Amino acid sequence: MTASSGRRVTTPLPMWQPGGTRMGFFTDTSICIGCKACEVACKEWNGVPDVDPTWSGNSYDNTLRLGANSWRHVAFVERVRPDGPSNLQWLMSSDVCKHCTRAACLEVCPTGAIFRTEYGTVVVQDDVCNGCGYCVSACPFGVIERRADDGRAFKCTLCYDRLKVGDKPACAKACPTESIQFGPLDELRDRAEGRLAEVKAQAGGDGARLYGADPNDGVGGFGAFFLLLDRPEVYGMPPAPSYRRRDLLTMWGAASIAAGMLLGSVLGAVGRGRP
Amino acid sequence: MSPGKGNGERAMVPAAEPRSYYGLPIVKRPAWTQEVPWYFFVGGTSGALASAAMAARWTRQVKLERRARRLALAGAMISPALLISDLGRPARFLNMLRVIRPTSPMSLGSWTLAGFGSALAAAEAADILGLPQAAGGAASLTAGSLGPILSTYTAVLLGDTANPVWRSARHLLPFVFSGSSVAAAGGALCVTTSVHEAKPARLMVVAGTALEQAAFFAMERHLGHLGEPYSEGPAGRLNTWQRTSSLLGAAVALTLGRRSRTAAVAGGILSLGGSAALRLAIYRAGFQSAADPRYVVDGQRSAPSSS
Repeated sequence: MTASSGRRVTTPLPMWQPGGTRMGFFTDTSICIGCKACEVACKEWNGVPDVDPTWSGNSYDNTLRLGANSWRHVAFVERVRPDGPSNLQWLMSSDVCKHCTRAACLEVCPTGAIFRTEYGTVVVQDDVCNGCGYCVSACPFGVIERRADDGRAFKCTLCYDRLKVGDKPACAKACPTESIQFGPLDELRDRAEGRLAEVKAQAGGDGARLYGADPNDGVGGFGAFFLLLDRPEVYGMPPAPSYRRRDLLTMWGAASIAAGMLLGSVLGAVGRGRP
Repeated sequence: MSPGKGNGERAMVPAAEPRSYYGLPIVKRPAWTQEVPWYFFVGGTSGALASAAMAARWTRQVKLERRARRLALAGAMISPALLISDLGRPARFLNMLRVIRPTSPMSLGSWTLAGFGSALAAAEAADILGLPQAAGGAASLTAGSLGPILSTYTAVLLGDTANPVWRSARHLLPFVFSGSSVAAAGGALCVTTSVHEAKPARLMVVAGTALEQAAFFAMERHLGHLGEPYSEGPAGRLNTWQRTSSLLGAAVALTLGRRSRTAAVAGGILSLGGSAALRLAIYRAGFQSAADPRYVVDGQRSAPSSS
C-alpha cells in the first residue's frame, strides 16, 4: 500500500449513482480485543444460521473462516517474537467481505443476482440467486459461499437494510473499541493514513500497513479495508488479490485462437479425410 | 516453501515469518459437483462434433454428417441436464437466461449452449422433415460455428476464478480444452463409423491429441510449483490416466484403427476416456490448489502487482 498521506485518493463510484457516497468499513486491527461482539451482532441482526461449534485448537478462533454462515470472522494469531517488547505477540483481526471496487463475484454472476448498491456495496439478491456457485471460486478472499442446506450463495451485505434507514452496520455498532469503523470511504481512508502513522511509531508497530486502501491495487481497492500489523497472509488473507477486465479480454483472445484451431483442425480433417 | 512437503505434513508455526493462518485455505474450494467436469467433456465434445457435421455437410459426406450431428445433439441435450443438476437451486435454472452478462463467461456460455442446442435441433428437424437444403444448411452452419465457442469457453470460465491452478494457466487452458474436444469428437466418430468412412475421425483424434497434450505440457511447465496438484493425489492419478489413454487412443487411430473395426472402436473409447479424465483432472486440481494457502500466496507474491 503505497498511498502517501499527501496524495488524495479518490473513490470510484458506481456509475449509475452520480453524487452517491461510497460507504465502507475501516477495520483497525491494532485495537481489536478479540471479543467477537461483531460476529454475534452480525448473526443476530442478519439471522445468519449458527454453525456447530468445534474446538479448533487455533487459539481462541473456533469460527476459522468467513463463509455462508460467518459474515464476520475474528482471527487470533499467537506467536513468539524474540525481538519485541514481550515474547508473545497476539494479533486479532475481524475479517469481513471486502466489497471490492472491482468485485469478481459480481462480475461473474450469470443471473445478475449480485449487484452494486447505491452505497457502493456488493449484495446478493437471494430471490434471484440460483446457486450456480461461480462466485465461490471467483472471490479472491474466499468470502462468499453456498449454504449447503439452502443451495444459494450468501455473504456480508454491509447491513444494506440498516444503511437504508440511516443506521450503521450491526458489527460496527457492537464493536466496543471502534476497531470496526463505518463511514464514507474517502473519510475512512484519510483517517486510516493518520492512524497508520501513529501505530508505526509505537512499539511492535513496525509491520503495520494498510490493506485494501489503495484504489490502484488489483481489485481497485476494498470498500472494507484494514490496518494490519503484519502481512495479510498471516491473517489468512491474500497478499495481492487481483481482478481485471484486461485479464478477461486476454483470456477471450486466447480462447478465440484456440477455437480457431479447433475449427481449422476439424475442417482440415474432414476435408482431407474424404474417402 | 514449507518443509515437510511431499509426505503430507504441513509446516506449523515457523516462528519468525508465518506464511499462512494455521495453514487454513485462503480461497474457497469449488462449490461445483462432478457434473461440471462431465459437462466440460460432453459439451466440449458436442461442440467439436457440430463443427465436424458442418464440414461433412460441405464435403457431402452424408453418413458422417448425420452421425456427427446426432452425436452432437445427444451431447447438447445431456449438457443442460448436467448443469441444472449442479445448481444449488435447480428450479431456478431459467435465471441463467435472465440477463446477458458480458463479464460472466458462465452467462455467455449459457446463451451459447442455448443457441447451439436450438440450432442442432433445427438441423435435425430439417433432416427428418425433409425441409429444403437451405434450412438445414443454415442450422448446421449456426451449430458448427457456435461449437468451437462451446468447446473453449469453459476454459475461460475456469481461468476467470481466483483458484491458483486455474487462474495461473488461464491463457493455456483454452488450447487444452479445444484440443481435447477435437480428440474426443474424433473418438466418438471412430466408435460409430465404419473404418473406410472414418478417416476424418482418425485425423481428428491425432490432431486433437497433439494439441491437447502439447498444451497440457506447456501448462504444467508454465505453472511450475503451482502445478503440483497435477502430480499429486486424485488430480495426479487422473492426469496419468488422461495422458496414457489419450496417447494410446491416438496411436491406435494412426495404426490398427485404419484396418480393424474392433481396434478403431477401442481407440475411440481410449480417446474419449482420455478427454474425460483430462477434464476431471483439471477439476480435481482446483480442489487441491484451493486447499493449500501456499499456492495463493506464492502465486501472488511472484506477480508484479504486490502490495
